This record gives sequence, C-alpha cells and structure tokens, in this order.
Amino acid sequence: MKLTSILKGAVAALALTGAAMADGHEKTKVGFVYVGPIADGGWTTEHNNGRLAIEEAFGDAVETTYVEKVPEGADAERVMTQMALTGHDLIFTTSFGYMDPTNNVAEKFPDVKFEHATGYKRLHDNVTTYSARFYEGRAVIGHIAGKMTETNKIGYIASVPIPEVIRGINAAYLHAKKANPEVEMKIVWTFGWEDAAKEGDAARALIEQGVDVIMQHTDTTAPMLVAEEAGAYAFGQASDMSAAGPTAHLTSIIDNWAPYYIERTQAVIDGTWEQKDTWDGISTGMVEFAEFSDAIPADVLAEAIAMKDAIAAGEYHPFTGPINKQDGSVYLAEGETPEDGPLAGMNFYVEGIVGDVPQ
Amino acid sequence: MDLSAINPAVLVASIMIAATPILLAALGELVVEKSGVLNLGVEGMMITGAICGFIVTVETGSPFLGFIAAAAGGAFLSLIFAVLTQYLLSNQVATGLALTLFGLGVASLLGHSYVGINPPSVPKLDLGPVSDIPYIGTMFLRHDAVVYFGIALTIAVWATLKYSRIGLVLRAVGENHDAAHALGYKVIRIRILAIMFGGACAGLGGAYLSLVRVPQWTEGITAGAGWIALAIVVFASWRPGVVLLGAYLFGGVTLLQLNLQAAGLAVPVEYLSMSPYLITILVLVIMSSRKGRASLSAPASLGHPFQASR
Repeated sequence: MKLTSILKGAVAALALTGAAMADGHEKTKVGFVYVGPIADGGWTTEHNNGRLAIEEAFGDAVETTYVEKVPEGADAERVMTQMALTGHDLIFTTSFGYMDPTNNVAEKFPDVKFEHATGYKRLHDNVTTYSARFYEGRAVIGHIAGKMTETNKIGYIASVPIPEVIRGINAAYLHAKKANPEVEMKIVWTFGWEDAAKEGDAARALIEQGVDVIMQHTDTTAPMLVAEEAGAYAFGQASDMSAAGPTAHLTSIIDNWAPYYIERTQAVIDGTWEQKDTWDGISTGMVEFAEFSDAIPADVLAEAIAMKDAIAAGEYHPFTGPINKQDGSVYLAEGETPEDGPLAGMNFYVEGIVGDVPQ
Repeated sequence: MDLSAINPAVLVASIMIAATPILLAALGELVVEKSGVLNLGVEGMMITGAICGFIVTVETGSPFLGFIAAAAGGAFLSLIFAVLTQYLLSNQVATGLALTLFGLGVASLLGHSYVGINPPSVPKLDLGPVSDIPYIGTMFLRHDAVVYFGIALTIAVWATLKYSRIGLVLRAVGENHDAAHALGYKVIRIRILAIMFGGACAGLGGAYLSLVRVPQWTEGITAGAGWIALAIVVFASWRPGVVLLGAYLFGGVTLLQLNLQAAGLAVPVEYLSMSPYLITILVLVIMSSRKGRASLSAPASLGHPFQASR
C-alpha cells in the first residue's frame, strides 16, 4: 500500500538531515509542532499549508520540519527541545496548550526564535505570539445563517469554554439576530477539539430539535457530514470543508497562516525578527472564506461580502454597541467598540443567548 | 429551556444507533471474559476494525465487504493477543493495554491516505410500510441492518451460553480451566477462538463508527468507546441481556446530555459524562459486598493463564 511511500519519505528525511549537517547548517530551519494530524481537514491542515507555503516561497533557502499529534504537556517540551537541539532557527508551536512548554524551552535556547499560536505569554525575548480574529469570520457567517434558516433555529457546536470560542458564539449570534430577529441559537458543548462521533451526535441532536443551519468550532468534519445526510446547511471550520458536504456546505472560515509564516521566516533570514504579538483578521487575509455556496441567495451574499469588506477596511467592528451582556447589563454603549485586551478575555454571553457558559 | 423540543421517538432511534458500536464490542468482550481471558485491547481492535472496514468499503464500494473486513481485521489483531497470552503466557492486562496502543498506531498508519474521503453510505433496511407506523416505526423500524444484527447477536450469545453445549464448554473453561482440561477440552484452542470472536465483534463495532455513525475516517475515531464496552461487561455482570441494556444506557447518557444542551437545559455535563463509570463502580461495589450468585458472576479463571503441563 502506502508503506513504500512512507519508507521513501523516511529515507528522504534522513538524507535531508544528513545534508544539512554536511553543509554546516546554511539553510534556515523552520520547525512546526502540531497538536493534530496534518490530515485533520481543519486546524492542523491549515498550519501545515502554511508550512508548505514557506517551502514554496523560499525553495532551497529554507528547510522545514514538523512533528504532528504532539500532546500538550511534557511531550511537547521534549519535541521542542529536540527541534532546538537539531539546529532549528524558528519554531512554530500551534496550539494553545503549548504555551508553557514553549516559554520553558525558549528560556533554555535564547538563540532560537519561538512563535506560539493563540497564546498570550511572552516571558522571554525570543517568544512571539500570534492569533487570528476568527470572530470576524463568524460575524459574516452569522449573518448568512440568520438569513438562511427557515426554522429560525441555528445550531452551534462549541468545543471548550475559552474566550476564543465564546467570542465566536457571541459574534455569530449578534449578526444572526440582526439579520433575523426571530432567530434562536442552540449551543452544544463537546468539551474537546477532535471527537468525531460526539460532534456528529451533537449535530444530529441539533437537527432533531429543528435546527437547519449548523456552525461548529470543533476540528472534525463530522457535523458537516451529518448536515449533508440530513439535508441541513453547515459552515466549515478552520479549513475548506466543502468536500465533506457538497450541498450542505455554505462556506468555511479558513485560517490562512501562510502570509504570516512567510513574513516571519523572512524576518529570521534578514535578522530583523523581534518579539511581537499579532492578532490579524480579514484585513490581512489571515481569516478567509471558502467559496460561497450557490445556495446563498444573491442579496444575502452581497450583504455578507459587504460586511466582509467593511471589516477588512476597518470601517466596521463586529462588536459595535449597543450590546448588552446576557444579564442585561451594558457591555458596549451605542457606537462603542471594545479594546483588544478585554475582547481577548471575553468570557460571557451577550444578551439573548440562552444557557450559561460552562465553568 | 424547551424540553418539548426533544422528540422521544427520534431520541430512542438515535440511542439505538449510538449504542450499536459499544454493544457489539461489549458482546465480544463478554464471550472472551466468559472463557476466562481478560482482553483490555478492545479499543485497539475497534479502531483497527474501523479503518479496515473503511478502507475496504471505499476501495470496493460495498459496505457489506467492509464490515467483513472489519471483523477480519479485529480478529487478526486479537490473534496477536491470543498467541502472546495463550502460548507465550504473557500477562493479559499488560498485553491487552499494549494491544490498544498498537491498534491505535496501526490504524492511524493505515488510515493516513484515507482522511477526508466520504465512504459509500450504508443503506437502511427497507421494511416497507411497517416503518411508517407512528412512534414504533420511527424508533425501531428505520435502521440499517447492523443495528438489528447487534440485537440478534445479543440473543444468540445469550442462548448459546445458556443452552448449547459449546456455551457450557466455554463457561467451563472460564470457570475452572484445570477441570475443563482434565475433562479433555482443549482450553487453549477454545480460548483462542473466543478471543478471535471478541476481536471480530470489536472490529464490527469500530466499522459501524467509521461507516455509519460519523461516517468518515478520523484518527482516534473510537474516542474511548472500547473502554466503555469493557465497563459495560462488568456493569452487566457478564449477562448478555444486561449488556444490551447497559449499551443503551451508556450510549443514551451521552446523547441525552447533548440533547439537553441543545434544548437549553443547563446540565452539569461532567456528572453525566462520568455517570456510566460511576454506575459501573457502584455495581462492582454491590457485587463484591453481596454474598451469593451475583458476587460469583465473574468467571472464576478470569485473567489466570493456563498451562497444560500442570
């Protein structure tokens, strides 16, 4: 079967390592630590696409390596240490749970640059953090969902109750509600990122309760498959999921890391790399959309694209007041938009969402 | 909160689907344990079956062949366990755990190029007009063949263990292998066949996940279902009928909590998620504290290696 290709790959990898040692480490070496398999069709796939984009952009000047399915914790520290010891100049650690391991290893290797995705700790000068404003994409799909639902019920499959996920729910809900005041959002938490059976069951439970448009903030394509089977609509997450549900798929929010990865690799080559914190969205292309489905009526599509362009141009912030918190207290006054700091730590539902944020 | 949003008939139908993988795996493990062998590798055999079934279904286009391949894959993996524990007398607990880790690795290796492929769908059994009976039809009569196979297998395992000669011999081997050996039964051979039956059932259960319930291949698709199957066998104190009940109960708890969440009820998810295991522990405590039949329901030779030379 594929064993031969795997063996070939291993031989090639060995040959490459040998070559790098032989030529005295002239290439810039970039390493990636992935939490999932590169073929997950979601989060890790997109990070890997970013890695491939580096290879394409720099050709022989840069060598990239990756380790997939690295558990968050002590194992991650071991993998990062190994990368640092084998001559990597730049290491991307692509999961929230790598935050402490990244900082621990960075302390021991001050000459190696570390970039940690979705975290906030930069304890050493050689640690940078970066993330994407996924909520901008969720505002756009929220609007589409509000217009597309016929039962006025939208389902949201949420993973783990962290600010990033809660912010996404709020952004989607606010814009669905604006598009359709009758809309109701049903939220199901799976308390994990990759449990296909549970995510599929959650999608089924939602559809059985009258939901006809499903959003997900989990990493498998199971909800998309179930929506396809049941004749509902769904939005993909992190990567283009249209293959899993050709008719169900309305669009996907794609995390496009490639431009950022290329920019940071270039900075290392030029010697201009320095610590920073990046939180980019639609404007820089870090948040993108898969092709919009033909099922979306032309006027709805035009509105969605107008919103996307307004966000990209900085004319519209998805959290623009008046917005109240769930308990009715004022979050943002008329016309007000939140600072990035508090927005990054958002841990409450906005007014109108039913249910509590799990503790 | 809107509990009326939950349609009981549809919920029962979904529970039957959700319970099928763990039911199949648990029935297989029950037979294995009845023969006196503890195989903790259910999770590994399930996921191997899941990928074998998936590959064959995608390559041939036939879910039927896929399920056969899944059973064969699970049985083959269990054969490794059988050789190690029955001929080489390795520790069953350690070997079983190793089998789980090995199975998870083998499955992700085999599945590497099958991620993101949609398999041909498994057809629902066409029962004609009876599936349109209100409630009953929705609940019980609109499933695929595997759901009914699971129920039929429960009855078959129960009847075989209770009434047939093979069942009696199997139980004899599991209760007292020395006595069974003295009577001239091939203890090792019977145990190996039981282990392979368990592997085949686990493989079928895994394939049901990758072909029907999800249906796609993702790494770690079983997500602990094998461990739940092991818990159910203990929970049922080795009775097939209770295994069926336990599978519906354990499968139902997960589904119920998702449904309650969707209906807007603030459920303490952690409690519901751990409830199957809590119930199992409770059953174990009750079993061990009570004198008489229930406490003796574990096969007496369970986990003991057998050496014919004695």
